[in-house]
This record gives sequence, C-alpha cells and structure tokens, in this order.
Amino acid sequence: MKKRYLIPTLIILSIVSLFVGVSSISVSDLLDFQSEETEIFLISRLPRLVAILLAGAGMSMAGLIMQQLSRNKFVSPTTAGTLDATRLGILVSMLLFANASMLEKMTVAFAFALAGTFLFMQILNRIKFKDAIFIPLVGLMFGNILSSITTFFAYRADVIQNMSAWLQGDFSMIMKGSYELLYISVPVFIIAYLYANRFTVAGMGEDFSKNLGMKYRSVVNIGLVLVALITATVVLTVGIIPFLGLIIPNIVSIFKGDHLQKTLPHTAMLGAIFLLVCDILGRVLIYPYEISISLMVGVIGSFIFLFLLFRRKAYA
Amino acid sequence: MIQVRELTKLYGKKQVVENVSVDIQRGQITSFIGPNGAGKSTLLSMVSRLLDADTGEVLIDSTNTKKLKSNEFSKRVSILKQSNYMNVRLTIRELVSFGRFPYSKGRLNDEDEKMVDQSIDYMDLKEMENSYLDELSGGQRQRAFIAMVIAQDTDYILLDEPLNNLDMKHSVQIMKILRRLVDELGKTVVIVLHDINFASVYSDRIVALKNGRVVKDGTTEEIIQSAALKEIYDMDIPIQQMNNCRICVYFNS
Repeated sequence: MKKRYLIPTLIILSIVSLFVGVSSISVSDLLDFQSEETEIFLISRLPRLVAILLAGAGMSMAGLIMQQLSRNKFVSPTTAGTLDATRLGILVSMLLFANASMLEKMTVAFAFALAGTFLFMQILNRIKFKDAIFIPLVGLMFGNILSSITTFFAYRADVIQNMSAWLQGDFSMIMKGSYELLYISVPVFIIAYLYANRFTVAGMGEDFSKNLGMKYRSVVNIGLVLVALITATVVLTVGIIPFLGLIIPNIVSIFKGDHLQKTLPHTAMLGAIFLLVCDILGRVLIYPYEISISLMVGVIGSFIFLFLLFRRKAYA
Repeated sequence: MIQVRELTKLYGKKQVVENVSVDIQRGQITSFIGPNGAGKSTLLSMVSRLLDADTGEVLIDSTNTKKLKSNEFSKRVSILKQSNYMNVRLTIRELVSFGRFPYSKGRLNDEDEKMVDQSIDYMDLKEMENSYLDELSGGQRQRAFIAMVIAQDTDYILLDEPLNNLDMKHSVQIMKILRRLVDELGKTVVIVLHDINFASVYSDRIVALKNGRVVKDGTTEEIIQSAALKEIYDMDIPIQQMNNCRICVYFNS
C-alpha cells in the first residue's frame, strides 16, 4: 500500500482503459487528428477514464470522511442513505422542473443528499446502542425507506424507467458533454485534504475535539457538505456505485491507520484503481458487450465487504 | 487558580450540580470524590467547558472562561475523559502530535516536534511510538493519552476517572505519573476518583461531592477522617496509618 506502487498501477491501468473497447484504437491513429479513432478517443474514451478516476476517488473519499465523522467503519454513502436520498432528490427535480438542466438537478440532488446524510447523523446521535453492525443496519433501513418513497412517486408519475438510469452506475454512456459536472469534485478533494486533520480529530469524538479547541459541529457540517457534493455529482453523471465508499477506506485503514492526512491520497488512488479494474473487467468479460459497473463493483465489493466483516474483530 | 463560582447544572428538572463553589490551587493534585451520581464528572465537564453551566461561572487565573476563545482555552486547560469508545487507528506518535493541534492546527513545526518527542520520552513510550492505539494494553493507552496532554502543554490538566478499567499495577503507575507532573513540571491536576485510597495517598486536596453539592473541601488530612467519610458515604470507615499513608478500610464496614 505504498504510493510508489499505487501511482504506476494507476497510470498503467489508465492507459489500458483508454485502449480497451469495441473499436480498436492504436497510438498511431491518434497522431492523425482528423481520424475517426481520434474522435472516438476524445469523445468517449478520455471522458470515460476521467469519469472513472474522479468517481472512484470521490466515492472512496466520501466514504472515508463519513466513517471518520460517524466513528463507524461500516458507514458509507451506501449504508447511510446518502445514495437513496440523492436519487429521491433527482426524482423531485425531474417532477418539479420538467426539463431540468444538469445544474438544477445537481442543486436539488445535492440538497437532498445533504439533508439525508444530516438526518442519518441525527438518528445516530440518538442511538444509545452504538454497535458497529447495528448502525449501518439502521442506515440501510433508512435508505430503503427513502428508496420506497422514490419508487412510489416515480411509479405514480410514470418515470420509473427514467429513474432506473440512476439506479445502475454505468460508464458506457459517459461522453463528452455529459460528465463535466464531475469536475466539481476536484475542488472538493482539495478542501477535504485541507480539512484532513480536523476530520481525524472529529473522529475521536466531540469531547476530544473540544479539548483541542476545535469547533466540532462546524467541522462535521463541512464534512457532510463535502460528502453530499461528491455523492450528488457522481450519482447524476455515472449513477449509483455501491460499496466503493465502504471497502476502499477500510482496506486502507488496515494498512495505513486512520490519520486522514496520510490516508486520503491512498484512499483516493486505491478507489480509482479499484473502479478502473472493475470497469476494464466489465468491458472485457463479455466482449463486445459490457457488464455495468454497479454490477461488477457490487459482486466484487460484496465479497470484500463480507471478508471485512469476518475479520472485524481483528481490528475494528 | 481555578475558581468555581456557584455552578449549577440541571438535567430536566433534576439539579445534578447545585450551587457549587470550589477553589482549585495551582501546583497541587485536587481529587473529586463522592458516591455515584454525586455530580463529579458533570462538574469537571463544566470546568473544562465540555458542558455549559446553567448558572454560575468559572474563573481561570482570574479570567472568566467564557471570555476565552476555544483555541486559547485549549492551551490552558486540557481534559481527558474515559475513552472506552475509541476505535480510531492512530499510532501513539500521531495521537501525541494532535496534542499540538491548538498551536499548529496539524502542521507541526520544529518546536512542536520537540514537544512531541519530549512528551513521548517523558511517558516512556519511545519504543512503541509507532504502534497503533488499538494494539496497546489499557495502561499503555492511558499513558499515550497523558503524553498527548503533556504535549498540549496546559497548566491545568483535568482527568475524569483515569483509573477506570486499569489493573492495580497500571493504576499505581498512572497516579505516580500524575504526581510527577505536579512535582516536576509544576502542573495543576484535577482528577475524579472512585477509590478513596488513591485519593488519600496521592492528592493534596480533596473535594467531596454528594447529591450535586460540595459536602467537604479541604486538605487530604482533613477529609480522610472517619467522621468526614461518614458524612460523605454514610459508612463507618476506620482509618489505618501505614508507612505514612492513610488507608481507609471500607471493605467490611
């Protein structure tokens, strides 16, 4: 889990990702700027790679921040209702503004993601029985309630099919012009890194933070805003990617501990690598067709999640 | 000196701390003792600003604590609470470095690093400074937290039941460390204790609380008396003098 291994891996996989696909593109094709291959490269392959890198890094970092702030290793956008709240937000924006622009959808989805996560944290504060497994279960139930509400209204408004586009994460639809919203996560990463030490302190509890003279509430709120921003942009552009925010931070934590200033870059890189691997596999396994990314991540991720659960006593 | 003036705390309608006034002298160990639910921890939390008092005020070296910014306050007073719910994976060195947070916000300069080194050495944790907290025994972990407080470099150190879950050997070790902090480094230590014998052997002053009120406040010799203890605990506790220690034999009283 060293940077000198992660960085080359990331670069190699990125190059592989650029040259895997139905139409074969070679490096020499790219030298001709007018060729069809160059066009495909710029319109589809490159945006796809950027989307994977940003989404993978973003969801992992969002998970890490949530785990730190909730002080529970099994809390993530998947297990705390953040993803479901975001979907509800997208539905609301679709129902309210018939032809909502990306930015309008983004704003509403962000508001819902933030409200949903905040609500979960409030529930968490009220639970006296802080068992490591019990809390994510509460989060999953909370998420399912939100999800049912979404399905109910989507059914009534006859937009189920439209909604399901956001149910499944999918990189095959990513093209120039449809993914740029993801760039919002770049400044979010920078802010998250600047706040890394504060998040670590907050992870040791309110009393601990106050002892060190830190304003606990505002740090938690900033963390939740960052998480909601990342989640909303990813769900809107790519769709739901389950488990990523759960497993990546846990793996990094086993090897590198919980000092966020040290682990955030690793978490971001490993998240991007993991998503790249899943995406390349999904593209290769049933070539020339594609397995959607949420299925790939779901299958591989749930096995890793189970593994983490079983070895929980060893470290969590 | 910390001056507690008429502090009151209500939980609902119940007065957990009722009109408490206490002076805590510099350069001494002051122990808060008393039965369960006496309000000791609540009082300590209010002094350290973890809890807001409903009425009353706390003065630290004649300044009202409410007038201090949280960052300034954290350079003068530190508090350690029972930390049985800690599953953050940090190494000892990382934890101790956070003691410098009020000064450096996480970007440690040379002086900060020096303080961290000194604190780790002082607590005799140098060999294991890169071990993770969750790999340590209870006593080692408690020492790591005290090292963090030393790095925080406050005049006043408040501890809420630091001996909880520690065996005899580690309890004695922690109390000796606190004594050294006072005698060698000139710190002022305030500590909530359950075991009156630890209070008797190691503290300079004892404040006894009961039902949210101060019932006794005095030097250790004044409080460790059968009559005074009767008033605090409703028990007849004989006291034995052994090697200059006054031991309360409460086990069969």
